[in-house]
Amino acid sequence: MKRILQSTFAAIAFVAISATGFTGSAEAQPLKVGFVYVGPQNDNGWSQQHDLGRLAVEERFGDAVETSFVELVPEGPDAERVIRQLAESGHELIFTTSFGFMNPTLKVAEDFPDVKFEHATGFKRADNVSTYSGRFYEGRPILGTIAGMMTESNVIGYIGSFPIPEVIRGINAFTIAMRRVNPEAEVRVIWVNSWIDAAKDAQAAETLLDQGADVIVQHVDSPAPLLAAAERGAISFGQTVDNSSFAPDSVATSLIDNWEPYYIERVQAVLDGTWVSTDTWNGLNSSMQQMGPYASWLPADVLAAVQALEADLTSGAVHAFDGPIKDQSGTVVAAAGETIEDGVLLGMNYYVEGVLGNVPQ
Amino acid sequence: MLTLVPRPESSKRMMYLSPIFALSATIFCGLVIFSIMSFDFATFTFTSNPFDPLVNFFYTPLTGRSGLTNLAMKATPLVLIAIGLAMCYRANVWNIGAEGQYTVGALAGTGVALAFYGVDSWLLLPAMFIAGALGGLIWAAIPALLRTRFNASELLVSLMLVYVATQLLFFLVYGPWKDPDGFAFPESRVFHTAARIPQLFEGSRLNLGTPIALLAVIGGWLLMGRSLIGFQIKVLGAAPNAARFAGFSEKKVIWLTLLVSGTLAGIAGLIEVAGTIHQLVPVISPGYGFTAIIVAFLGRLNPVGILLAGLLIALSFLGGETVQIENGLPKAAGSLFQGMLLFFLLASDVMLNYRIAWKRHRPAPRKIAQ
Amino acid sequence: MISVDIVVLTIVSIIGATTPLLIAATGELVTEKSGVLNLGVEGMMLMGAVSGVGATIATDSWILGLLCAAAVGMAFSLLFGFLTLTLMANQVASGLALTIFGAGLSAVIGAPLVGKRVHRIPDLEIAGLTDLPIIGPIFFGHDPLVYFSLISLAAVSWFLFRTRAGLALRAVGESHDSAHAIGYRVIRIRYAAVAFGGMMAGLGGAYLSLAATSLWAEGMTAGRGWIALALIVFAAWRPLRLLLGAYLFGIFWIGQLAVQGLGLPIATEFMGALPYLVTIIVLVIISRDSTKFLLDAPACIGKAFHPTA
Repeated sequence: MKRILQSTFAAIAFVAISATGFTGSAEAQPLKVGFVYVGPQNDNGWSQQHDLGRLAVEERFGDAVETSFVELVPEGPDAERVIRQLAESGHELIFTTSFGFMNPTLKVAEDFPDVKFEHATGFKRADNVSTYSGRFYEGRPILGTIAGMMTESNVIGYIGSFPIPEVIRGINAFTIAMRRVNPEAEVRVIWVNSWIDAAKDAQAAETLLDQGADVIVQHVDSPAPLLAAAERGAISFGQTVDNSSFAPDSVATSLIDNWEPYYIERVQAVLDGTWVSTDTWNGLNSSMQQMGPYASWLPADVLAAVQALEADLTSGAVHAFDGPIKDQSGTVVAAAGETIEDGVLLGMNYYVEGVLGNVPQ
Repeated sequence: MLTLVPRPESSKRMMYLSPIFALSATIFCGLVIFSIMSFDFATFTFTSNPFDPLVNFFYTPLTGRSGLTNLAMKATPLVLIAIGLAMCYRANVWNIGAEGQYTVGALAGTGVALAFYGVDSWLLLPAMFIAGALGGLIWAAIPALLRTRFNASELLVSLMLVYVATQLLFFLVYGPWKDPDGFAFPESRVFHTAARIPQLFEGSRLNLGTPIALLAVIGGWLLMGRSLIGFQIKVLGAAPNAARFAGFSEKKVIWLTLLVSGTLAGIAGLIEVAGTIHQLVPVISPGYGFTAIIVAFLGRLNPVGILLAGLLIALSFLGGETVQIENGLPKAAGSLFQGMLLFFLLASDVMLNYRIAWKRHRPAPRKIAQ
Repeated sequence: MISVDIVVLTIVSIIGATTPLLIAATGELVTEKSGVLNLGVEGMMLMGAVSGVGATIATDSWILGLLCAAAVGMAFSLLFGFLTLTLMANQVASGLALTIFGAGLSAVIGAPLVGKRVHRIPDLEIAGLTDLPIIGPIFFGHDPLVYFSLISLAAVSWFLFRTRAGLALRAVGESHDSAHAIGYRVIRIRYAAVAFGGMMAGLGGAYLSLAATSLWAEGMTAGRGWIALALIVFAAWRPLRLLLGAYLFGIFWIGQLAVQGLGLPIATEFMGALPYLVTIIVLVIISRDSTKFLLDAPACIGKAFHPTA
């Protein structure tokens, strides 16, 4: 049985190889760049933005590069194998674009010292492993300002994917700015514990709307929450991509991830032979994080306030975590004039004043 | 018209031939699909070689530095779990919650590894194995207890417990077992060396899990084919009334099959965290517990069949990844191909017990014989 | 803090969360009553969800979208029917394969639909009734599928227990050999039951993409097909209990979200596990009377039938 199978395979392989004809090429080998996505390539969210970065690399470097990708790679035992397969098939630069790929990336990197790895959103590096991430919280004060100024019920609904520091940071950055313009408003958080359950996202939004929220903020990929908000005339924001076309009457603005400049820069570095392991955490100033267009229906005073804020956040004049900041118990975590440091932000696991409920522990 | 005529007994020849028919049919259909995909109707030429994806699906994953290792590692949990499930299904015990038993086994083993973090003792790994086995066993004991005591459907209870196990995993990995130095990210500490399953050979990632799975195959074969209890299980599944008449205890068989399959699933979970991932993360299984159900049936609930089926299904996963990398095909193309393979395999099973014949008249319904 | 409005709106949300489960489970109930266990509900729901969106975008009509979802769900279930009824393949494995296949195929078909919005199925507006306080939104303000889910369950209940055809279907599920001997066409009846189950699963999936949300997302059923299957066992194959079980599940599902929104200090993981734990507990309670429970389960479920076997 096994022998039959083996010979069948061998026969097929032989036929196929002899049919191919073009098995080798004498030209200079293009640089092979691999990408590993956790979601579908065209998910209209996280993975799609990384894929746009890949396409930008292809467009920029043409025949000098050859890119390939593997989509829908589950974080877990499969990730290491996929990354290893890319390394073994001659990819010299590999982008692994989800937090859960961190340790698998490092393990493979150890066995392939000549291959360069780039891991998104992680914190472990090696000589051939860089990390990069967006300061996804940087645009959130703008959302918080809009919410604080526009809300009438003073109830803001916030839908989180998983209680990881990145999302909690976003909630806090949002709430701090919101409270500065509207100390009465409070944020209610629902964790859906999923990245993909669109119907649950919508139900979470509806539950918050049921409880009186008139602004819905989302840190999940599917546009379901903003559609639910639009349905009931509430304000919402786009996440990861510009979602204003979905519900122009509801989406005030969007937070957009843009990986294109970074990917081009890193591929260029490999081509030039100047690639070194680095840690990149960029935000509005580098366009890794961008604001989408502001809705035309925003009142002039709100628009003026957020445009000024966006300019200040981009220039660095204002930081999302400038004090004074109190946590839920009223304890001051950053006095006026202080700013919470990156090291603390990285592992943030508490809510600031103005958020209802507790961080799931 | 064509009809199916039952064979007096299962055909041995078809047992070997039917998978080959299924594979050939899959390859043929795949070739047709890939040809259409790669054919440019404007210029009437192939833009790429339609054989390429086929070779990359079935053959390329086996080549290369770690091809066979990858295959063995992917097949290990599938085979381990499926061996236990096959015992259950033989006895008509419907355990479809192996995914949950796998998860709890992984959790229990992780608990031991984290409790003795940094302790450098050769006893640690055996303790983790015992914990993993116990974890899976306990999770399977719940449906066994509820079934034997309260007659609650083990199919449903075991399935519900999958979701509960997932939430338990989330609770632990987002909460108490979070790496204290991990910036609050949902991951446990990376296990220290003494808590990792050692590699079999230097430079290969193959670990002790694979020989354990092979042992389970042999054990399953001995138990089902060579022991009294195996005989009881089979009789109870095939003819429950006769079994009861013969005095076989149905409860005993329910307990035994569920506990054995839970234990194997728990060990599989432990092998994945301690042998492959080396830490607890929110996703520890790409659906092994469910895929193993298919493996069990494709292997015809026979340990050797399960081994082959496990390898084939594992290959179909690897092949799906390879056609993405090499041919730029979407993941879905791989899933479609896999679906086709599954359907053809299932459909070709019919040849085992029936032969196709040409008949002019359809048989009229017969009156029941007194 | 908790006003009447919140309660009313939460009830409306619960109805929305329950409906897709109820529709899919009603179809599978008929399938299982005929003695066929189709574990491919998840795959059929995904196919319904994606084809519903595709057809609605193509025709700009949600009615055609639903019809297409029903037809695709049915066609997909017939693939399962061919395997298990004609070729007598194992039902459990074939159902699981259908789910895996449906996940892959729906992703292929759905790729160009990602990021497109469809018009949500509109809610009913009954003059004078929908505007009533409390009663209006709870009873008269839903989308048509909510009423369809209740009517179809009642119709299925009537069909199964009050008609000759329903009796035949149950007879086939109880003992296909006896049913065959009496002269019922076992395979044909089972094909019909499988097709009905597929149609309803397709509609249940379309509810998720056309009513609960208004978009297609890969894997958007997120396990609901399995819950629908569980509900049937939970309900011991009885329509009324199916209704109760589905709504109980909906209450816990929305409840876990509502409790979070109110900021109550309960672990989200515990709330997430609660619906499943409750299902187990209720199951234990209702199954304790073992003889009654077994009477409700179709005796031939999962078994292949061959006329001369």
